[in-house]
Amino acid sequence: METTASNQAAETSFDAEAVRAEFPALTPGPGERGCAFLDNAATTQKPRAVLDALERAYVESYGAIGRGVYRWSAEATQHYEQARARVARFLGGAADEVVFVRGTTEAINLVAASWGGSRLRPGDEILVSGLEHHSNLVPWQLAAEATGARLAVAPIDERGEIELGEIERRLAAGKVRLVAVAHVSNALGTVVPVAEIATLAHAAGARLLVDGAQSVPHLPVDVAALGCDFFAFSGHKVYGPSGIGALWARRELLEAMPPWQGGGGMIREVGFERTTFADPPQRFEAGTPAGPEARALATALDWLERLGREAVAAHEAALLELARQRLAEVPGVRLVGSARRRASVVSFVLDGAHAHDVGTVLDAAGVAVRVGHHCAQPVMARFGVPATVRASFAAYSTAAEVEALARAVLRARALLVR
Amino acid sequence: MSDLDDLYQEILLDHYRRPRNFGPLPGADRAVDGHNPLCGDRLHIAVRLEGDRLAEIRFEGSGCAISTASASMMTEAVRGLPVAAALSLADRFRALVMGDSPPAAAEELGELAALGGVRAFPMRVKCATLAWHALRSALTGDGARVSTE
Repeated sequence: METTASNQAAETSFDAEAVRAEFPALTPGPGERGCAFLDNAATTQKPRAVLDALERAYVESYGAIGRGVYRWSAEATQHYEQARARVARFLGGAADEVVFVRGTTEAINLVAASWGGSRLRPGDEILVSGLEHHSNLVPWQLAAEATGARLAVAPIDERGEIELGEIERRLAAGKVRLVAVAHVSNALGTVVPVAEIATLAHAAGARLLVDGAQSVPHLPVDVAALGCDFFAFSGHKVYGPSGIGALWARRELLEAMPPWQGGGGMIREVGFERTTFADPPQRFEAGTPAGPEARALATALDWLERLGREAVAAHEAALLELARQRLAEVPGVRLVGSARRRASVVSFVLDGAHAHDVGTVLDAAGVAVRVGHHCAQPVMARFGVPATVRASFAAYSTAAEVEALARAVLRARALLVR
Repeated sequence: MSDLDDLYQEILLDHYRRPRNFGPLPGADRAVDGHNPLCGDRLHIAVRLEGDRLAEIRFEGSGCAISTASASMMTEAVRGLPVAAALSLADRFRALVMGDSPPAAAEELGELAALGGVRAFPMRVKCATLAWHALRSALTGDGARVSTE
């Protein structure tokens, strides 16, 4: 045995190889080279159960959701509403508090346009952190521009943690109406103390939106325990299909929010003079819903809960620590971000080589990582790097993939840094 | 030679580590910023013309090995050329990295031919063409800023 980290990864009872066998994309055919897919913070591969659920939804009872009297439509509608209830249970909320959207980005844009557009006044502040993905930054810039509100930023420290003192200080001025933060940073893996921020925000009369895109796949999430007001996540990052995600919001907030898109499905009565709108959540779901995708998302959540969210989190944590150790052993590698609580993501630079060149060498070695600014340019600026290499883990990731990553980085160093 | 070795040839890495004509160009006639929003690479290309001739060219910025080496090699290749010849070279370079040029054409490109290895890496072609886009924009005067997107 070489290292304690390897031992820890091996000692967890979690059988990543068995999990892996459920993913057709990760099972190389005869003569094919397997891929160490370490770009899970961007998107995840799909288990057979999810692919089957999608196919069943299209084959067995496909019809328009909430718009027909025929059997297929009724069954499709039933599956869609069951999926809503499943998402609600997964997050610890109620079904009528869950709005289906295309993904986290659309969920945040919905809140920015509807809640922000109707509540924000000139002089109000929206407080984000220096960790945010562009999807939790740009919608607020747009809302600020439209309403005369101002965007304020709580900076991050040298570890890559949000400075809570700065959040308190900003809130104390009494102008912040909404705090919008990531639960887990996509660029650094920092786990943000959302429950503490919720307490601070509410004490100052502000609402809290949590971008859960990176937490839902990796941490148990309970919106009641977190105490947030809005929570957004994407299906495709949690083993589900693309094009589907959810916004959870407190019922009383949704009830007071105006529609943000108009169309079919979101109305009560339409006349040329006046239209009245459906109750939430339908009020926010204009157009024909993505029924099969919602159903397959529910299957993905079932699948993840069967594995056990705690067990998956422990497996990924062991891999993350192994990766940090292995990468730190490569001369010239500098890990970016050292938050005390972190999940699934390791970001690094190799001195003397640009992240894009490292990424190309890693790809040639069969290791798929993300290189670049990770749609988080302010984070890159904070650490003074134009780009990093990011490896991120999932339930099907293995210690062997981590070793392959470290070997490929050594190869990149030999090739690029001489 | 593997695709990877063909891409990261010693001459390319040498230009990456010791870029030629790197730094500000006082008295520049035209300057253009090139930006690849996908990866964040930024290049600033400045030129000084004497009549119809590209008398001086320098660049600044930060980027990957391919974009930096491409910019460095470009400055050496086009300095002293008439504008029309520089633009023609830009066309031939583009054909090389897009895989559109006949094999014999690479020989006429001299050192620049080393960047031909990028053909096997479609995601990296924009890195190689960034400096050339900026040069074209500077010479034809159709914009102060170019983007590969």
